[in-house]
Amino acid sequence: MDIFLQQVINGLTLGSVYAIVALGYTMVYGIIQLINFAHGEVVMLGAMVAFSVIGALAGTTLPPLVIVLAGVLAAIPACMLVGYAMERVAYRPLRGAPRLAPLITAIGISIILQHVAMLVWSRSPLAFPQIIPLVRFYIGGAIITGVQIAIILTSFMMMGALTLLVYRTKLGIAMRATSQNPHVAGLMGIDIDRIISFTFIVGAALAAVAGVMVGTYYGIAHYSMGSLLGMKAFSAAVLGGIGNLAGAMLGGILLGVVEALGAGYIGDLTNNVFGSNYQDVFAFMVLIAVLVFRPSGLLGERVGDRA
Amino acid sequence: MNLFSHPRAKWIGVALIAIALIGLPFALSSVGTAWVRIANLAILFVFLSLGLNIVVGFAGLLDLGYIAFYAVGAYAYALLASPHFDLHLPFWVILPIGALVACLFGILLGTPTLKLRGDYLAIVTLGFGEIVRIFLNNLSQPINITNGPQGISRIDPFSFGSFSFSQNETIGGIMFSGPIKYYYILLALLLLAIVVNLRLQHSRIGRAWEAIREDEVAARAMGIDTTRIKLLAFAMGASFGGIAGGMFAAIQGFISPESFVLVESIMVLSMVVLGGMGNVWGVVLGAVLLSFVPELLRYTVEPLQKYIFGRSIIEPEVIRMLLFGLALVLMMLYRPAGLLPSAVRKRELAKDAE
Repeated sequence: MDIFLQQVINGLTLGSVYAIVALGYTMVYGIIQLINFAHGEVVMLGAMVAFSVIGALAGTTLPPLVIVLAGVLAAIPACMLVGYAMERVAYRPLRGAPRLAPLITAIGISIILQHVAMLVWSRSPLAFPQIIPLVRFYIGGAIITGVQIAIILTSFMMMGALTLLVYRTKLGIAMRATSQNPHVAGLMGIDIDRIISFTFIVGAALAAVAGVMVGTYYGIAHYSMGSLLGMKAFSAAVLGGIGNLAGAMLGGILLGVVEALGAGYIGDLTNNVFGSNYQDVFAFMVLIAVLVFRPSGLLGERVGDRA
Repeated sequence: MNLFSHPRAKWIGVALIAIALIGLPFALSSVGTAWVRIANLAILFVFLSLGLNIVVGFAGLLDLGYIAFYAVGAYAYALLASPHFDLHLPFWVILPIGALVACLFGILLGTPTLKLRGDYLAIVTLGFGEIVRIFLNNLSQPINITNGPQGISRIDPFSFGSFSFSQNETIGGIMFSGPIKYYYILLALLLLAIVVNLRLQHSRIGRAWEAIREDEVAARAMGIDTTRIKLLAFAMGASFGGIAGGMFAAIQGFISPESFVLVESIMVLSMVVLGGMGNVWGVVLGAVLLSFVPELLRYTVEPLQKYIFGRSIIEPEVIRMLLFGLALVLMMLYRPAGLLPSAVRKRELAKDAE
């Protein structure tokens, strides 16, 4: 078995999920310069809602694809609602406040969502029912599963759709205008509040799908899955250059691949002094390294200090 | 505050508080020794909050991985005073070492990252906290340094020669239990820390921190070496965390990476925010409140639920966390300067609201 190719495939799968979550961070940051700390929890809620629906339908005779689709279709509106409510309740009143204030409410919201999820779904993880037959393909000594292909394809389709939305529609023009200068955009007749809400809703929808994908990939979903995933996705967004859509996609995929390769080779490189249990360290090391050497990320523009 | 404007009234107030603080452990131990331990942990949290307040409140740098320094201090103490390496140094040697090591970690983290903008710094510190925890969890191979997830146990208590802080003792006819003795030494250290913090705040460095918090560009233009001053805030905050960690290790006698998770960082941050960032007394109040209220809830909500529903529906731990979350959100929305806001902060927020 070819370890290199295998790890690239695994990295690509997780990386495309990171990319989708990172898009949510980067859009919100681009538009109101807020790190939406609770975005990871939205991903978690998406996975939990979808898994509940999928679990309830698993006993029926419906085809697996329909069941998973039903789960996704239940998760998306639920997450959109949470995303909208979050912005309305916790972030909008603080627009224009010192930067730390909304970041701290974001942390508060994240704690609340996590523990509410724990009350609703209990501490034990939800398992993905065995409804999808395991399909494997062999390429060049590595294995790629049907689920992995589905995740990668879905992610790329969503990235394409988002790019079209932002660069080819009127709504997208309004979003970009708002992110460049909210005051002037307002003068041009753009309803800033609506655009910001819309940004949160789109990000939450992406997060819902990402949640289902990552849950399906690992086979379980639990109340605390969001925070680490969120942190990594945020790292990915920073890696690509926060506020930049293409950057988030590139950063996500790159981070996934680096992480997978790191986990695959660290044992050999260090004579087994460090094992793959250090996998989670890579994302943060990459984050720190990027911020130190290229604070604006790979594709980001240099932003000066604001006086 | 007219009551305290008269100098004599002020001293009477101080004396009353002093008597209350001295009598507190005996009052608490009559309810149960568990409450004295809670008071001790509360003092540790005040200590931690004061340290974080230097970073967040004075210098305005959001640190979400603060608990890492607490962990470093705790592990430094545990490794130097336990059967793990068979080292048994006295505590007054280890606590400064712990502070120093934590300070070095602060510099290590701060040097490359402190030029980052505020919210980037927050995420990097958060990542740093996770990195430290992952290392603590895994550094049992190839050389067993941290003993992995099992943690380190049988850590030496504080002691002067044969006078150990973990044993009961009768002095002058009064029984001092272990936790009560710890209470007094912790209280003494805490008072020292409060004095240091108050003095720091109004020192040249403290004013430089404030200037940086208000406007970094302007501060630099005024000739403040911002990077160095910010690094100093980081290092000092970290040292406080290191000392608190050492005390924690000694009191508990056992530590494991479990005690140093992200939630703890956020808890300390909540205390600082709730009390009033930048105000030493506010931070003390915030930390005391958030240490005691959840414990009170544990003793009231649990039986109340059993009484009403016949069983416990919501675990106290969950209630505690929900309260932290709500406190963070509501404070930011309705009282962003905290319960006891610092004068400068108040002005700053009022200005922003216009």
